Amino acid sequence: MFKKILIANRGEIALRIIRTCKEMNIKTVAVYSTADKESLHVRFADEAVCIGPPASAESYLSIPKIMAAVEITNADAIHPGYGFLSENADFAEVCNEYGIKFIGPQASHMRKMGDKVTAKATMIKAGVPVVPGSEGLIKNLEEGEKIATKIGFPVMIKATAGGGGKGMRLVWSVDEFEKGWNEARQEAMACFGNDGIYIEKFVEEPRHIEFQIVGDQFGKVVHLSERDCSIQRRHQKLIEECPSPFMTDDLRERMGAAAVKAGEWIKYEGVGTVEFLVDKHRNFYFMEMNTRIQVEHPVTEEVIDHDLIKEQIKIAAGEPIVGGNYLPVGHAIECRINAEDPFNGFRPSPGKITSFHSSKGHGVRVDTAVYTSYTIPPYYDSMIAKIICRARTREECITKMSRALDEFIIEGIKTTVPFHQKLMKNEKFRSGNFDTSFMNDFDMEE
Amino acid sequence: MSNKELHALLKLIDSLELSEFKMKEGEFSLSVRTKHYVSTSSAHHAPIAAPMSAPAPIAAAVSAPSVTAESSTTESTEDESKYLAVKSPMVGTFYRSPSPDKPVYIKIGDNISSGDTVCIIEAMKLFNEVESEVTGKIVKVLVEDAQPVEYDQVLFLVDPNA
Repeated sequence: MFKKILIANRGEIALRIIRTCKEMNIKTVAVYSTADKESLHVRFADEAVCIGPPASAESYLSIPKIMAAVEITNADAIHPGYGFLSENADFAEVCNEYGIKFIGPQASHMRKMGDKVTAKATMIKAGVPVVPGSEGLIKNLEEGEKIATKIGFPVMIKATAGGGGKGMRLVWSVDEFEKGWNEARQEAMACFGNDGIYIEKFVEEPRHIEFQIVGDQFGKVVHLSERDCSIQRRHQKLIEECPSPFMTDDLRERMGAAAVKAGEWIKYEGVGTVEFLVDKHRNFYFMEMNTRIQVEHPVTEEVIDHDLIKEQIKIAAGEPIVGGNYLPVGHAIECRINAEDPFNGFRPSPGKITSFHSSKGHGVRVDTAVYTSYTIPPYYDSMIAKIICRARTREECITKMSRALDEFIIEGIKTTVPFHQKLMKNEKFRSGNFDTSFMNDFDMEE
Repeated sequence: MSNKELHALLKLIDSLELSEFKMKEGEFSLSVRTKHYVSTSSAHHAPIAAPMSAPAPIAAAVSAPSVTAESSTTESTEDESKYLAVKSPMVGTFYRSPSPDKPVYIKIGDNISSGDTVCIIEAMKLFNEVESEVTGKIVKVLVEDAQPVEYDQVLFLVDPNA
């Protein structure tokens, strides 16, 4: 087992990792930029090394500086957390060269699954369902109609140079295809100067449901069930829960098997998440894979009763997985609390926290690295806390989260607590019948 | 132990030219290594256990230098504000000379100009010459040879008016 782990990260995840290391009797080294001198992760670690000025590029993202810190502290492993260098294949390789264990997958895993196109191609080979689509650009109308019919309607006609919803047309039947084809190409040419078109199946009322997998160094992969992350704003997750209100035993078995297959195919090592889109008919399609521990990992921890950071460290130390897949017991919801003003377009609100009272009580967990008198630096992301509630049923969990949000007091900065309070009372959310379009209709002022 | 007593104790340790001193009295314990101490490994410093009455340092960085009698924070802090600091621009191991058999780049009393090489910091087998950005006379050397340093750590104090 490792003697000393250097945490190449900051904020709540750095603190999270330090806590587990302490329980495992592993020494910890924190690295920090000058902006993070007063951070909790610096205070809680056994040793701390200042590695650079505030800018991430010159501190938390600087491979040479982090390796220098490893050198002078004699750490034998690095935990990269999430974000920063956690999915940087070059960094994983540098660690290998220096004989330092990178707690995570191999560089090859990151390269295979990091690029969406490569990942999709890999999954097709593995026999995991992906969003059906044309293999390249469509040459002409006839080919387009043929491929669309093969994929199955409804389809999205998409401009390869497209973005911001431009050059896209939704087509529900082969009769409508020609019209959509012409319009999409004209719009694409006008907006991007490129009328190259491809086709993808339109996933109706898509839900974002991801599966947590764990793979050991001996080829065994298991899944730890799902997390529903459909409620997103600009592709940023706001809230996650397990079980997904849309899940059935059969769907979990099918999706779980696909997630495990994906992991086994690439001989995945460590914890990872396979993201799927699920349509209203409960067809599921591979979207992408995250080769790291995720922000929302506590949701899974609360329903399967295991410490995922501990599992990561054990796997990195060469321990084999014992047991099989885990099904959730009870219900857990996580609300991400950001230093943003939900009444003003969620604009960032860094500054000094003059007063902080965290939620507590039965079934309430708060992962945070802020405290009273802490100043949130403007250089990093705006997430300041995660409130995770666990109860026997979804309804009880929502009630508990409401209670927890009401007693979560932060003064001096604006936070997204009011947004979550409103969300807990929202009929659509409470019903469990929502998909990724949910935030399009959600209005803070109503 | 009061701050006054601690101050007196440190002065005594220095005047006796001890290399290492340890004591324990009830819940208070103190461990001091001076410039006479020869360290076998560069990364293992006994952190100074601060007495309950004195403010505890936040996250005693192991890479911080051992307390030497000259750099004790309980003395001469009033004078130091007028000096300029030469800070480490990187993380690594600090060396005072270009190689073990050569003389040190600078010592107390030397005059340096901006751009002069003052030390080497080594990381991952790469040796980087650190140049001073200030001009003046070296009044203090705060890190011992072959000790680890972190970003922004003060290495030398320079009197610009000397």
